[in-house]
Amino acid sequence: MATNRCRFKLLQGNEACVEGALAVGMRFYAGYPITPSTEIAERSSVRLPQLGGKFIQMEDEISSIAAALGASVAGVKSMTATSGPGFSLKQENIGYAAIAEIPIVIVDVQRSGPSTGLPTSPSQGDVMQAKWGTHGDHPTIAISPTSVQSTYNEIIRAFNLSERFRTPVIFLMDEVVGHMREGIELIPTEELEIIDRNEKMINGLPYAVGEREYIPHMPSFGTGSLYNITGLFHDDEGFPTNDNKMAHDEGLRLMKKIEVYKDDIIKYETIDTDDCDTLIVCYGGTMRAVLGAKERAKETGLKFGIFNPITIWPFPEEKLAELSKKIKNILVVEHNYGQILLTVQRIVKDNSNVHFLGKIDGTTISPDEIIKKLQEVNSNAQ
Amino acid sequence: MPSKLIEKHLRTDRLPHIWCPGCGHGILMRDVCQAIDNLNLDKDMVTIVSGIGCSSRAAGYMNYNTLHTTHGRAIAFATGIKMAKPEMTVIVITGDGDAAAIGGNHLIHGCRRNIDLTIVVFNNNTYGMTGGQYSPTTPTGEKGTTAPYGNIDGAFDLPRLAKAAGATYTARGDCYHVPLTIKLIENGIKNHGFSFIDATSICPTYYGRKNKKGGPIDMMHWQEKNCISKTKADKLSKEELEDKLVIGEFYNEPKEEYTDLYQTIIDKVGGKRNV
Repeated sequence: MATNRCRFKLLQGNEACVEGALAVGMRFYAGYPITPSTEIAERSSVRLPQLGGKFIQMEDEISSIAAALGASVAGVKSMTATSGPGFSLKQENIGYAAIAEIPIVIVDVQRSGPSTGLPTSPSQGDVMQAKWGTHGDHPTIAISPTSVQSTYNEIIRAFNLSERFRTPVIFLMDEVVGHMREGIELIPTEELEIIDRNEKMINGLPYAVGEREYIPHMPSFGTGSLYNITGLFHDDEGFPTNDNKMAHDEGLRLMKKIEVYKDDIIKYETIDTDDCDTLIVCYGGTMRAVLGAKERAKETGLKFGIFNPITIWPFPEEKLAELSKKIKNILVVEHNYGQILLTVQRIVKDNSNVHFLGKIDGTTISPDEIIKKLQEVNSNAQ
Repeated sequence: MPSKLIEKHLRTDRLPHIWCPGCGHGILMRDVCQAIDNLNLDKDMVTIVSGIGCSSRAAGYMNYNTLHTTHGRAIAFATGIKMAKPEMTVIVITGDGDAAAIGGNHLIHGCRRNIDLTIVVFNNNTYGMTGGQYSPTTPTGEKGTTAPYGNIDGAFDLPRLAKAAGATYTARGDCYHVPLTIKLIENGIKNHGFSFIDATSICPTYYGRKNKKGGPIDMMHWQEKNCISKTKADKLSKEELEDKLVIGEFYNEPKEEYTDLYQTIIDKVGGKRNV
């Protein structure tokens, strides 16, 4: 496979997702075929054995995430990918990964509609599910890439965050990005900053954390430390407990390990936000249409800034709050019925007028529609 | 004073266990430990994976790498561990509801792949943890808290199901015939492929009480009297077999194992081992 050594390549978002994952050290993939994420499984099945890694097609979505978690417990960086209905099916084990603190990356290439919906059409309808999909209070990290290059770069960051914080990371792609083809630069492993999980146990206790620290250092299975992993609340040895104080402390620690380090997790992009009356908030594949509208700014005379939360959970609240203080109108553009809209409204409060452009018919949002909406916002404001 | 076996293989500081007085699961858990001890396995390279239910609480008491997972998914988690570390001995402890109802799909697909896992089902014919509802192995006509008028479902013959799905070792043991059950688990671990042991437990608290089977001693006596070997059973008529439970080794036909087959793919496409 001499071509794989080439640094620049024309790739689909789904393929770039696999290449980035391999570059950062993913060596196990378990999945189940589902549109529009299937290419991730297909490319993993080709590429993993070439690198001595393993691919398995499981009997369903639930067993796919379960097998990936099993491999991760044995010390191998693991990933699973899915879309729509498959993301719903994986939810229970996402919660298991959160409480058992097992690193894993779950890719969701969002498609349109509830249930089977429009399987081949794009949407961004799983944004809130990525945060709240599994039951019970739990920490969430979700990242939404905007292009093929950003998919390659961000999946690397997703693995690094998962390893560092020992928590599931949701890689929230959408059909637009997943099936988009672009020339990208494949940054090789040697040039990457790679974070591997810390396995040096504290006081011989797998789930113990250091003073003012929030992340345990459990060793991989098969490395000589015998301990228990469970989805029940547990003590520092990993043994189940019904003690309310211990449950409280553990639950709090799980939330804190993300809250306290949120500045290391949050990533956003701002474009022309210094001097604008109107700010568009958008993410993922929708960003392309917004950039398309921006390219036509000269022709349309529309001036606007862009705020793109690349880390969608935890949401970059402080930056948006700060921007909103000097901006009259905020337009949320997202490919759903209004999900991040709710978060934006909560953060912005009365600082700015919040408007919305979204759709749920399975067609993409076009630059024309964005321009029209901006004109409407401007005329109402006058 | 715990025995040497208990001392060596269980997390004694975590005992006593949560199971009801008279439950058969403790005997079966000890059988698994004894089988591991007899085979002289390196404990660091033994992983017990369990699901959810009474059976699956065993993992926490056992002093190996132990993974207590989600309901029904133990075999799927175990598949990932075995793929990642083929040199690891991976044993799944599960129950009849966990393995054959919510986890039924993973069971048959594990069998089909012939991946080197040993499944030990602590089969108590009921959902004990939730209070005695009927399970896929509750005999037809018997009662549970959700079958107050008698269960109309047919029951799975689990070793037959496993064999049909592709398991290369199948057997049934019970709580009364301890040396036999230990041997069956040992042979299952030794089989380099998917091994399935249906370990019949007793649940005096729910299944036994609901169906007037008497106390723990009565239920153990039932196993003593009614469990018969496959060789004996082969000579009996259908009528004579009616209230009998056939135990022993049913099937032992090794074939190519899944992680070995995957390694041949890695070797073929030029990947290195253990990257």
